[in-house]
Amino acid sequence: MQLVKHIHDWIDERFGWAKLTEPLRHKTVPIHKLSYWYFLGGITLFLFGIQLCTGILLLLYYRPSANEAFESVQYIMTRVQFGWLIRSIHSWAANLMIFTAFMHMFSVLFLRAYRKPRELTWVSGMILLFLVLGFGFSGYLLPWNTLAFFATKVGTQITGQVPVVGHTMMVLLRGGEEVTGATLTRFFGIHVAILPGLTAFLILVHLALVQRFGMSLPPGVEANLSVNPSAVREMKFLPNFLLREVMAWYIALGVLGALAALSPWGLGTKADPFGSAPAGIRPEWYFMFMFQTLKFIPSKILHIDGELLGILAFGLAGLIWILLPFLEGPREKRGGTLIRGAGVFALCYIVAMTIYGYFAK
Amino acid sequence: MIGRVLLLSVALCALASGSRAQTANTCLDCHGALDPPLQVTEAQFAQDIHAQKGLTCASCHGGDPTKADMGAMSKAAGFRGKIERSQIPALCGRCHSDATLMKQYNPGLRTDQFSQYETSVHGKLLAKGDSKVAVCIDCHGVHDLRPPSDPRSKVYPVNVAATCARCHADAAYMKPYGIPTNQFAEYQTSVHHAAMTVRGDLSAPTCTTCHGNHGAAPPGVDSVKNVCANCHVFQAQMYEKSPHKEAFQSAGLPGCVVCHSNHGIAHPTDAKLGTGQQGVCVQCHTTGDDGDRGRANILAGLTKLDESIKSADRLLNVAETSGMEVSEARLQQDQARDSLTKARVTIHTIEPQLVDQDIQAGLKITAKDLQAGKDALSERGYRRKGLGIAVIFILITLMGLFLYIRQIEGRREAEVHEL
Repeated sequence: MQLVKHIHDWIDERFGWAKLTEPLRHKTVPIHKLSYWYFLGGITLFLFGIQLCTGILLLLYYRPSANEAFESVQYIMTRVQFGWLIRSIHSWAANLMIFTAFMHMFSVLFLRAYRKPRELTWVSGMILLFLVLGFGFSGYLLPWNTLAFFATKVGTQITGQVPVVGHTMMVLLRGGEEVTGATLTRFFGIHVAILPGLTAFLILVHLALVQRFGMSLPPGVEANLSVNPSAVREMKFLPNFLLREVMAWYIALGVLGALAALSPWGLGTKADPFGSAPAGIRPEWYFMFMFQTLKFIPSKILHIDGELLGILAFGLAGLIWILLPFLEGPREKRGGTLIRGAGVFALCYIVAMTIYGYFAK
Repeated sequence: MIGRVLLLSVALCALASGSRAQTANTCLDCHGALDPPLQVTEAQFAQDIHAQKGLTCASCHGGDPTKADMGAMSKAAGFRGKIERSQIPALCGRCHSDATLMKQYNPGLRTDQFSQYETSVHGKLLAKGDSKVAVCIDCHGVHDLRPPSDPRSKVYPVNVAATCARCHADAAYMKPYGIPTNQFAEYQTSVHHAAMTVRGDLSAPTCTTCHGNHGAAPPGVDSVKNVCANCHVFQAQMYEKSPHKEAFQSAGLPGCVVCHSNHGIAHPTDAKLGTGQQGVCVQCHTTGDDGDRGRANILAGLTKLDESIKSADRLLNVAETSGMEVSEARLQQDQARDSLTKARVTIHTIEPQLVDQDIQAGLKITAKDLQAGKDALSERGYRRKGLGIAVIFILITLMGLFLYIRQIEGRREAEVHEL
């Protein structure tokens, strides 16, 4: 313990550590019946950390070319010591991270934590959610297996439907007119350089905003406290809340380990660009609701391409979702009810369409 | 006014009848309305490849199709009436044997059908005056004759067997010839029929593949092997060098047919080498002779390799469903299966040592794959043990954290109380 104190003092003397961490020591977290929702952001952050670590380890063996990508992942899975564990954890953690990011977004929405002055925290969080989806989309292609190849082909083709800029975006994503080795190299660059850079920056902004404004109180709890201020219960962020958060991280780690050991992430068969698409091709679960919706839309609606309308509708919905805090308006109660209703609808729609997508033939 | 209308009507009728007299094939006007067998409708004849190429009824039957009355069928106009069955091949051959003429319609079409027909059993019997035998129209149809590439044609590969069966499966019709009538029934149970109808492989053998079409005749005992060799090249080459060739020839046995039969060829199984009902070796070899010992050795080797492949498959399946990566071993299994197939082909040499070489090559691969499966399952066990230990550590840490939180929060509450 003496050694730790010496190291702490050494750092403090040079960098002013105590001063730097001062705000954290004063930070408190409200205690109420919905406090456990506060853990979701931390768990998502923890899973992002896992992705960074396992991703760096995978980089030691992965080769981003159409000729070597599949074989290098196969090598990682079969020959590299604990390679199977690292790759499986990377794939499972990616899915869990997207799940917890969605949960975090909906919890913030239903607890109305996006309200003034936290509008920009919501906006940065929403952009982070889209970046996480971008991680999923770009990372899915990297093993260069049949499913990933054709899912990417369909996914980038949908991008090509966007009016005016669609074709340019598709060519930019694919590195040409078709999904080829150039697409793989491009997706690799996006996955390991562009997206992590943007995400790291936005996470810092997001955390700084959370630190600046503190934890939000749900409107019901806030109303109770305004009547009875003595009922305020808080815990210190350091160490009380952080220790609880660490417990949640440990549980997440256990779940990840169990998934990796009991159900290692499969590899499939190597992509053959000249082969035919396998039957029942579909995207990963987090894109399923959009995919299923596009399948439901008729080919023409009032002489306009149905798929194009679907893409525009999703684009508009995404934009509205980012701007939700600004749409609540001055009549907070009415606006809040409307947003909560939209949230319930979106959640039910996503869940229903995802389930339907998996069971529909 | 009424007079003008009547005049106009008469003029229109005259024009109509005039244009009718100009049509190239007036035969159908009457024959379309007649009862069978004289009936030939316009719709029926429009399907005929000859009609589509511009030929008319007169091309075969003579007469003058431009005449709308009975003059169309006058002797003076060269009308021949119904063609005698015995005259049909020669009539068709008039055009179909003329290479210069046929080039104008289909340069790729052979022009030896008639000469081939003359060498066929059908042709020879026809020449002897037997008009019951098949002539061109029996297989190709008449008046709605379609090219063989048309799925509705009677000689489209899938339909050939049924076309032949119309006569050859009719016991009463075939009675005078004293030949079996079960060929079609047997063929329907064969691996060739399954390939043709189930797999949709139009190149699969049907009657004409082995017997010929226009020159249809049963292949001679000595030429059976040559017929099968058209597709089964390796088997034929091996049989050629095997002791069976001489033995079968001297006994007057028809090569491949001895073990595989002819029309009802089933998918060959290892049971053919056994001593059971399906066993073929024991039909000639007696227990304990050289052939019987060789048979038993080959069968034991094949069974061993087959079992070995199956057990490796089972193990790899278990490993794969547990999420283990065994794709390399899976790929190797295909090579082991290839070795088994090769060994089964090598049986045609009747050399147990040669068959054993392929079997040993396959067994070597399956031994590796079995080991790969075992390694994968032991790795699975290792991972699960690792998970168990990790979970214990995680639980201990969680418990420690929980107790630590309680301790610091309990201490704090005590401090608050003291204050």
